[in-house]
Amino acid sequence: MPSKQQLLDLQFINARHKLIELAAFLDRMDRHPGEEDYRLLALRNALPLLLEDRPDKARAVLESFSDTSTDLPQTAPFQGATGAPLSLITAHPAP
Amino acid sequence: MKYIEPHAHMVSRTTDDYEKLALAGCEILCEPAFWAGFDRSSADGFYDYFRQLTEYEPKRAARFGIRHYSWLCINPKEADDPGFAREVMGLLPQFLDQPTVLGIGEIGLNKNTRNELAIFEEHVQLALDRDLPILIHTPHLEDKLKGTRLILDSLAGFSKLDRGKVIIDHVEEHTISHVLDAGYWAGMTLYPESKCSPNRAIDMLEIYGSERLWMNSACDWGISDPLAVPKCALEMKRRLHTAADIHQVIYENPKKFLSQSPKFMI
Repeated sequence: MPSKQQLLDLQFINARHKLIELAAFLDRMDRHPGEEDYRLLALRNALPLLLEDRPDKARAVLESFSDTSTDLPQTAPFQGATGAPLSLITAHPAP
Repeated sequence: MKYIEPHAHMVSRTTDDYEKLALAGCEILCEPAFWAGFDRSSADGFYDYFRQLTEYEPKRAARFGIRHYSWLCINPKEADDPGFAREVMGLLPQFLDQPTVLGIGEIGLNKNTRNELAIFEEHVQLALDRDLPILIHTPHLEDKLKGTRLILDSLAGFSKLDRGKVIIDHVEEHTISHVLDAGYWAGMTLYPESKCSPNRAIDMLEIYGSERLWMNSACDWGISDPLAVPKCALEMKRRLHTAADIHQVIYENPKKFLSQSPKFMI
C-alpha cells in the first residue's frame, strides 16, 4: 500500500484540478441568469461532508445524493435519473 | 496481461472496440441483455436482440480471439410494463439453452417500482427453476441505494437461492457493504462520469478485500470506456498492488464466478 507521500505524488494534482472545477462550476452558477433547482441544493448539502472527520466521506456524499423515500410507486413517472433526490424539490420549490 | 471483461454491451460498440479489447489482453467477454438506449416497440425487437447476442456477437468477437458469452432477460428499464415484459420473457426459454448463454441478467430495478419488482422476482424464479446464475443491475444515481435495499429484501424471500451464484452489479461506496454482508458477489462498474472511477474501485478493493468482487467496463451506447478494466489494472499497479493481486481481480475472480455455469469455458 502506498504511503501518504506517494499518494500525494500520484494524485494531488488531479484532486486539486477537480476541486477547482467544482469551485468554478459554483461561480458559473452564481454568474448566469435563471433559477437554481434541487440539484444545486443537493450539491451544496454535500459539500460540508468533505470536511468531516470520518473515514467514509465518499459514502456519506453518495448517501446525501440518494432517494430516502420508502414508498413504491406502481409505475415510473419517467425513466432516467438526475443525480439528486426529488424530495429536495419540496425543500427548494421552483419560484 | 490477460483479463476477462465480465460486463460489456458490445451490440452498441464498433468492431474496432473488439480489436482494442483483444490488444489489451481481453480473452473472454460477457454481455448481459440490457436497454439499447431506446425502448423497443415490440417483443419482436427483443427476439432480434437475443439472436444478436447469441448468434452474431460470438462470431464478431471470435474474429479477434475473444470468447463471447451472454446473459438474457428483459431489462428493468423496459420491464415497467408487466404485460410487455412477460411477452418478452416468453421468448427466453428458446434462447437459454444456447451454448453461450450463462444465466439470467441483467435483471434488477430502474426507478424502483412495483411493476419492476414483480418482473425482477419472476426472473429470479426462472433462474431458480433452471439452476442458473443471476446478474443483477442496481439503479442509477439517486435511485441506487433504495433499489439495492429493495433487491436485497426481495432476494431474501427466495429461501432456495444460492447467494454465491448471484452477482449484484454497479455497487458504490454506499451499497457495497450491504451486498457483500448479505453473501452475494459484487460488481464494480468503471464509468467516466457515474458509478466508479478506477481509484474509487481500488479503494473498495483495499477496504473490503477482493474475495467476491469483480470489475467491469459495462461499455455501452453511453459515455463509457471499453478499456476501463485494463486502465484500472494499470492504476492498481501505480498504487503498488502486486501483479498477482491484479490478476486475481481481473481474471481469477470473474473466472470463479462465471465457472458456476457449466457452459463457461476458459
